[in-house]
Amino acid sequence: MSPLQQYLILAVILFFIGAWGVLARRNIIMVIMCVELMFNAINVALVAFSNYSTTGAGRGEVFVFVIFALAAAEAAIGLAIAIAMYRLKQNLSVDDLDELRG
Amino acid sequence: MLLIPLLPLVSFVITGLFGKRYFKEKSHYLSVAAVAVSWALSMYVLVQVMGGERLNWQVYQWIAAGSFKVDIGILVDPLTAVMLLVVSTVGFMVHVYSIGYMKDDDGYYRFFAYLNLFMFSMFMLVLANNYLLLYVFWEAVGLCSYLLISFWFPKKSAANAGTKAFLVNRVGDFGFGLGIMLIFLTVGTLSYTGVFSSVATIGTGTITAICLLLFMGAMGKSAQFPLHVWLPDAMEGPTPVSSLIHAATMVNAGVYMVARSSPIFSQSQTAMLVVALVGSFTAIFAASIGLVQNDIKKVLAYSTISQLGYMFTALGVGAWTAGMFHLVAHGFFKGLLFLGSGSVIHAMSGEQDMRKMGGLKNKTKITYWTFVVGALAISGFPGLAGFFSKDSVLAGTFHKGYWYLWAVGLIAAFMTAFYMFRLIFMTFHGEPRDEKAYAHAHESPRSMTIPLIVLAVPSALIGLVLGLPPEDGYIDHLLHPVFENVLGEVHHFGLLDGGLMTLSALIGIGGIMMAWLFYVKRPDLPAKAGARAGFLYRAALNKYWIDEIYFALVINPVQALGRGLWRGVDQLAIDGFVNNAARFVRGIGNALRPSQSGGVQSYLMTMFLGLLVLTISYWLLTM
Repeated sequence: MSPLQQYLILAVILFFIGAWGVLARRNIIMVIMCVELMFNAINVALVAFSNYSTTGAGRGEVFVFVIFALAAAEAAIGLAIAIAMYRLKQNLSVDDLDELRG
Repeated sequence: MLLIPLLPLVSFVITGLFGKRYFKEKSHYLSVAAVAVSWALSMYVLVQVMGGERLNWQVYQWIAAGSFKVDIGILVDPLTAVMLLVVSTVGFMVHVYSIGYMKDDDGYYRFFAYLNLFMFSMFMLVLANNYLLLYVFWEAVGLCSYLLISFWFPKKSAANAGTKAFLVNRVGDFGFGLGIMLIFLTVGTLSYTGVFSSVATIGTGTITAICLLLFMGAMGKSAQFPLHVWLPDAMEGPTPVSSLIHAATMVNAGVYMVARSSPIFSQSQTAMLVVALVGSFTAIFAASIGLVQNDIKKVLAYSTISQLGYMFTALGVGAWTAGMFHLVAHGFFKGLLFLGSGSVIHAMSGEQDMRKMGGLKNKTKITYWTFVVGALAISGFPGLAGFFSKDSVLAGTFHKGYWYLWAVGLIAAFMTAFYMFRLIFMTFHGEPRDEKAYAHAHESPRSMTIPLIVLAVPSALIGLVLGLPPEDGYIDHLLHPVFENVLGEVHHFGLLDGGLMTLSALIGIGGIMMAWLFYVKRPDLPAKAGARAGFLYRAALNKYWIDEIYFALVINPVQALGRGLWRGVDQLAIDGFVNNAARFVRGIGNALRPSQSGGVQSYLMTMFLGLLVLTISYWLLTM
């Protein structure tokens, strides 16, 4: 098993842990944290590809920094939503966010 | 010339627009002034026409579509001038009268605006020089009639009467419209001169059809049997309206139209006979209903129908000038009688039932005497207007060989005299039957009595002025040029006419005596006679059930059809289709609603699973 494959397996495991958290956790903060986990799984994959690539060396790292910035912004907004939600509903369960029910 | 109709039009617009806000109780100033000027101009026109003036003036071309050309044009000849005389005089007097009669009415300005609109339309109707223009204003006077009948529209019976008048007239106007189209199809023009000059080229069948269709319109407008039913109901309108529109002017439009179309009508023996028979039948039919009515205005309404029947009889037998003469005389004395009845109703604070009147002679002297003049005139009392005009109708009928129509006319004349004096004796003589109303009774204000006096003058004298010597009088000479080609040899007064005249005078006086016997001398007689006549009496009292017959034959089936269409087609088919389409869409929505749970995570799960399915299927496909 090549090192690249090992990195990629790690990334997939991280990604599915994150995905499971987003889909299954009820607490909005946990959901946000799992989203971060998914971002980072992607980052691992990108860095690995970049490191073992012969033509595109360095491009993956640049992309990762962009994702860091995005993730920071996303976390800020997500936490702001969590605070606003707590003020509104006095709890943080995602199941209570059902105002758009048909 | 144009000023005659235009002044009332201008006044209508101004009064109608600004009356409510600015003129209020002064609304009549402008209206009456406009009509007064129109009256003066009409008199001037009459004098000019007497002097031999004629006018056929194309004001401008209105419609030009291929060969179809219609002008707005004015035709002035003796026939027009005579109509102008009646319309403007009675119209003017009714305007003055309305100042008193309509005082304090909420719709005061509206009333005068409508009256002005009517005057405009009526003037244009008689001035028009082609059939289409005639038709337009024919409808316009119908509209005014509708507006004024249902003037007190909060009253349901008044609103219904207006609708009835409009609908019944529609039946006649349908025929009139078809007649006009047929004229255009046949001769390719609608102007009087054009049509009349090519009359000889039209086939007999076509010309009979044209005449009968035109006469259908006349029957509607002039309330001839069987389209007479609207006129008695039209009495729901204010009395000045009954006087102006439903006695003296608009209802004469039919007579005028037939007289105007004399060159066409005289070509068709059949049509002429139909006109005479319908007129004659209506004369006696309506008179017999008039005998037993108890509402003062209804009596006069049936009297009007009956007298219009006389006019049509005269036209039908070819005594054109006699018919027009009777129209003029009738316009004056029936206008007078209606205004008089309005004065009585005013005195009795709105009561119209003659059975509650009586003894008013002393309280309302002017009304009483003018009313007597009008009644004598219509009864054919020697020397008054109706005597000469009715006699010339009867004599004309006799000379043309229709002795049976003459006999019917005589009987109707007897009835006329009887019911008019029955009305007078019940209203003005005897003991007051309703003490309370009698105590309040009073003479009307001067704005109402002066028109009565003014109209009493022509009612009394116009016969002497225009009708002497009988059938060769001034009016015959005046109108002769109009009917030149259709009138037979002018008849000269002879011994036979003297006899006929005496006979009709005696008949009239006999009717008066009979009424006196029944209602003054032996007040118990009417009840006995009514019981003796049995079925006939009940038939007349119920107006021969004509309304009921119409209900059974026309109105109920149409309503049933309407209900059927409403329930079956509209509610079941059309509404059903629309409603089911909506129900279908709502059903789909309901079925899909649970998927929109609002739970974010369930959406995500769906997306995730979907992506998984896509990925796996892609992977399987590319293997």
